[in-house]
Amino acid sequence: MKMKKTLACTLAATLAFALAACSEDAPTTTASSTSAAATAIKIGATGPLTGGAAIYGQAARNGAQIAVDEINALGGIQLELNYQDDEHDAEKAVNAYNTLKDWGMQISLGSVTSTPAIATGAENFTDRIFALTPSASSVDVTAGKDNVFQMCFADPNQGSASAQYIVDQKLGTKVAVIYKNDDAYSTGIFNTFKTTAETLGLEIVSTSTFTEDSQQDFSVQLGDAKSKGADIIFLPIYYTPASLILQQAASIDYTPKFFGVDGMDGILTLEGFNTALAEGVILLTPFNADSTDAKTEAFVATYQSKFGEVPNQFAADGYDCIYAIYQAIQAGNITVDLSAEAINDILIAQFTTMTFNGITGTDVTWGTNGQVSKAPKGMIIKNGAYAGLD
Amino acid sequence: MAFLSHLISGVSLGSIYAIIALGYTMVYGIAKMLNFAHGDVIMVGAYSCFFMVSRYELPAVVGVVVAMVVCTILGVTIERLAYRPLRQAPALAVLITAIGVSYFLQNSALLLWTSNPKVFPSIVGNGSLKLFDGQLSISYTALLTVVTCIIIMMALTWFTSKTRMGKAMRAVSEDKGAAQLMGINVNATISMVFAIGSALAAIAGILLCSAYPTLSPTTGSMPGIKAFTAAVFGGIGSIPGAMIGGILLGVIEIFGKAYISTQLSDAIVFLVLIVVLLVRPTGLLGKSVQEKV
Repeated sequence: MKMKKTLACTLAATLAFALAACSEDAPTTTASSTSAAATAIKIGATGPLTGGAAIYGQAARNGAQIAVDEINALGGIQLELNYQDDEHDAEKAVNAYNTLKDWGMQISLGSVTSTPAIATGAENFTDRIFALTPSASSVDVTAGKDNVFQMCFADPNQGSASAQYIVDQKLGTKVAVIYKNDDAYSTGIFNTFKTTAETLGLEIVSTSTFTEDSQQDFSVQLGDAKSKGADIIFLPIYYTPASLILQQAASIDYTPKFFGVDGMDGILTLEGFNTALAEGVILLTPFNADSTDAKTEAFVATYQSKFGEVPNQFAADGYDCIYAIYQAIQAGNITVDLSAEAINDILIAQFTTMTFNGITGTDVTWGTNGQVSKAPKGMIIKNGAYAGLD
Repeated sequence: MAFLSHLISGVSLGSIYAIIALGYTMVYGIAKMLNFAHGDVIMVGAYSCFFMVSRYELPAVVGVVVAMVVCTILGVTIERLAYRPLRQAPALAVLITAIGVSYFLQNSALLLWTSNPKVFPSIVGNGSLKLFDGQLSISYTALLTVVTCIIIMMALTWFTSKTRMGKAMRAVSEDKGAAQLMGINVNATISMVFAIGSALAAIAGILLCSAYPTLSPTTGSMPGIKAFTAAVFGGIGSIPGAMIGGILLGVIEIFGKAYISTQLSDAIVFLVLIVVLLVRPTGLLGKSVQEKV
């Protein structure tokens, strides 16, 4: 018997080793924090640092980190940033949020993606810890919570801005929409897109859906759009399923224009993806890395030298979040010894009255409902890179 | 033409379900257990091929062979370590073990390969066959899937009916005790079935990811569940049943999406399953076996 057990263990070990042999490089650290002393204001955040939406979480974290480093280098107010992984999952996000609370978080950057951010936003509201999410765009993230704010524009704005943009730029007349109907982000954008399209007289000829469990085969959805003669397909979804849609459209020789929103950002860096498929894809984002604005140029240069890639809008959102909070901290005379609740009240007062100039927009203001007001920019993918459309 | 193109998508998706379902049904037929880890063996197969083809830039054939070898070893090892010690245990214990193995594989994959999705390179290229002046296009992957499925089906039927090993399999499936008395090595036969089932899983994984090229540690779980449904639908334990069940399921899924609603396609699939099981509780081709008292 003992013999058998030894054999079993050896086999198991061999198997584990064999699997490990073809493993990836060691996963990157899941939490990052600056090594500031206890004299720094603690800012906590959760985001998908691994998983299907990892590119957003990592970008937001990197962007925020650059801002924190810059501010700390100035002397004066010191900040400490702690990013926890939530894998774009609400339950994991709440666990990560609790970890941050135990760590002593005084200000929160909420979560990076919508579904987790709705969950952590509710916690922020009950715990009275101020939150400014870089990129969680669902209205439910801020709805009914006086201390949760957004840096990105909310879904209704993305949906209506997209419809407006398609009409203004005459990108197409017959629109097909493929959206993910079990996702708050995707459904939210679709609903407002539809309403705005109706008022603008933009014809939606085909509407089809998919879910988490059926995001593989899009032949039916694309076939429907093709047979109804759609010349532009609106994709209010994340880039992973979008990559499959682009590939399957190419295989049936269907070449409409594709129009995405901020979730499309990241498609160019998907491992193994043929970027030629994304040629000509248009997306609305508030950030243009090609901009000649001095602040943007400096940020892009720092980001490239640190992380070896061009920052996307999530990185810019993360960067702006820290600077907006920094501006409010200065204006509200917040000091490191204040409790999270006291800071919360000062920040609410500041955010609802201040005007912020960042790299994702100028003259940015916030309403009491937590939603931001700023203008989106159109981008097109050309030769495997983003280019400004305006 | 739209109908024909939906039919082709359906048959091609169904063929993948069918190959996966064969793994479920063979194991059930002989060991009378549901191997829920089967879907995750598919995922391991797809990753093995991905690393060979994408990272080490070896030819696709090498990728397929390596994936089959890895999956066969994995399948036999799982059976040896997790299921054989429970041969005499109640069925429920084995079922829970199988679910445990499934989670073990998924989480090991998360740890080793992270959950960042990878784009799987198609092993036959992304081209397609154009018919009727390009009105109908069939991707090479779809053709390959259907052909592979038919070949596997014929080979398995021949194997189980003509070879000594196949006869032993059928004997063990009918009555384990009697087979043992007749001098058949029951354990070796069951290991054999796991080996075949897992090699098929590797092929299914590669075909699945060639058709729908994103690969992540949960890639195998939903197709695994659908294929299990297909196996039950066709009559669990029956090889032609798994085949028919798989293809029907794929076709119903695509037609449901195309002609009823994309929002309801999964609901329709499972509704059909419920109706079939109400009318024929043993599935389409299942035999009802009288309990021996």
